[in-house]
Amino acid sequence: MKEAILAAFEKSRSRRAIWDSAMVYVLSLCAFGVLCVLFLIIFHLLVQGVTSLNLDFFTHLPKPVGEKGGGMANGIAGTFTLLALAICVGVPIGLGAGVYLSEYAELKFAHTVRFMADVMNGIPSIVYGIFAYIVCVLPMHGFSALSGGFALGIMMIPMISRTSEQFVRMVPNQLREAGLALGVPKWRVTIDIVVPAALAGIMTGIMVSLARVAGETAPLLFTAFGNRYWQHSLTQPIAALPLQVFTYAISPFDDWHRQAWAGAIVLILMVLLINGWAQFYVMSRNRWSSGK
Amino acid sequence: MNTLHGSIKVKDLNFYYGTYHALKSISMAVEPRQIVAMIGPSGCGKSTLLRLFNRMNDLIPSSRVEGEILVDGVDIYDKNTDVVSLRRRIGMVFQKSTPFPKSIYDNIAYGLRIVGIRDNRILNETVEKSLRRAALWDEVKDHLGKSAMSLSGGQQQRLCIARAIAVSPEIILMDEPCSALDPIATARIEELMGTLKDEYTIVIVTHNMQQAARVSDKTAFLMHGKIIEFTKTTDFFTKPSSKITEDYITGRFG
Repeated sequence: MKEAILAAFEKSRSRRAIWDSAMVYVLSLCAFGVLCVLFLIIFHLLVQGVTSLNLDFFTHLPKPVGEKGGGMANGIAGTFTLLALAICVGVPIGLGAGVYLSEYAELKFAHTVRFMADVMNGIPSIVYGIFAYIVCVLPMHGFSALSGGFALGIMMIPMISRTSEQFVRMVPNQLREAGLALGVPKWRVTIDIVVPAALAGIMTGIMVSLARVAGETAPLLFTAFGNRYWQHSLTQPIAALPLQVFTYAISPFDDWHRQAWAGAIVLILMVLLINGWAQFYVMSRNRWSSGK
Repeated sequence: MNTLHGSIKVKDLNFYYGTYHALKSISMAVEPRQIVAMIGPSGCGKSTLLRLFNRMNDLIPSSRVEGEILVDGVDIYDKNTDVVSLRRRIGMVFQKSTPFPKSIYDNIAYGLRIVGIRDNRILNETVEKSLRRAALWDEVKDHLGKSAMSLSGGQQQRLCIARAIAVSPEIILMDEPCSALDPIATARIEELMGTLKDEYTIVIVTHNMQQAARVSDKTAFLMHGKIIEFTKTTDFFTKPSSKITEDYITGRFG
């Protein structure tokens, strides 16, 4: 009996070994595939756009059709402006909601809001654009930077509230009790102790959401609208890098196509920069905390 | 006689977590500037009792208190009690050290800033005094701006003690303050308790019977939510009046 089992075991060994290495091979191919997609995108971008990437691109306005050269300085500045406006809308509301859900809300209510936030995360971004068009553009009688920032900002809310709630919840309860035991009112404990303890995670969440909306085009189509010149007021239409890339990419001019590629490169660089800065911030904060 | 602050009187106290009867008709008195140790097996209710003294259990939904706890003669479970100011008078040190994510200086100054003290001279003086009192000053005086998280476990626990005494409480509650520390750090905390008791009343929950014997004036032994014995520590460990106490301190159970 025992011999039979051992023999069967022995027989199946080579088969198992083959399966084992085959599966590892397949999985590693999948991992390689992930890298491939990213590198192909970046490679393609660089090949197509790097020739148009020069100082003029960062410092000049777009040239009229037919004239060579020009840049997207207004688009770059516009994207930064829109992101700043989006932060003003998305961060206070998203962070406030996240902190409230973790620290004050009843569990059932928190569940409901969390579910809503997940639904909101799944809403196509163009719907945010339509919403902003109705509540901002129509009452203001015109496209504007404000409405574009508003559209991006409300997109950030569910993402930020989700991550901040999660990270604030992870703060050990003893820390809250230590604050309360010192005779600190709960709202001060929340602001002074709990939120700072979760700050690294909260910041990461904000940066990730910022990086996501930085590249959004659809919500800007009928809010920020785009602008071929410098914008002088937040109530005027404003240029944005993704919008400009879109306009240039569907145009029939080769020179514009090249500029669109260059714009895409700059957009990716901006996102990388934001993410890199977030990483650096979190790391330096951790380093301070651990005293090195 | 000049009446000292920091007395606790518990009168026929019952405490429930939902339907679970956690503390059963507890009565005890802690006199000012005494160290009282509370010992007993896990789950006997000693930490629960300690946390009732500064109303930390208020946070637990569906918990219920019956009876009275008088701090300096005033019922702290009275409707008119201001919990925040009560907790300013009763400091607490936890099992795990709980430094705030701030600098060493700000950890101590925080309790003062919260009551509106902005004067840097007062803040500096109190920070130094509290850290000296907690026997931590010499180790940290040159890097008060460093993160409190960078301190060792024993230093963090002394920082928490300094933070508690910075707001001049009358009573300090300690919930197994040494259970995460090595023997050397433990010895330092115990030594510190000896010097603190000329100013503060201290109630300490501990699993360590030797510790109770070393540091306390009186010892309470709890089991199944009841006080089995509460007497002078020297008597408690040499001639316990109850058989259960004797079995417990000789290690026959628990």
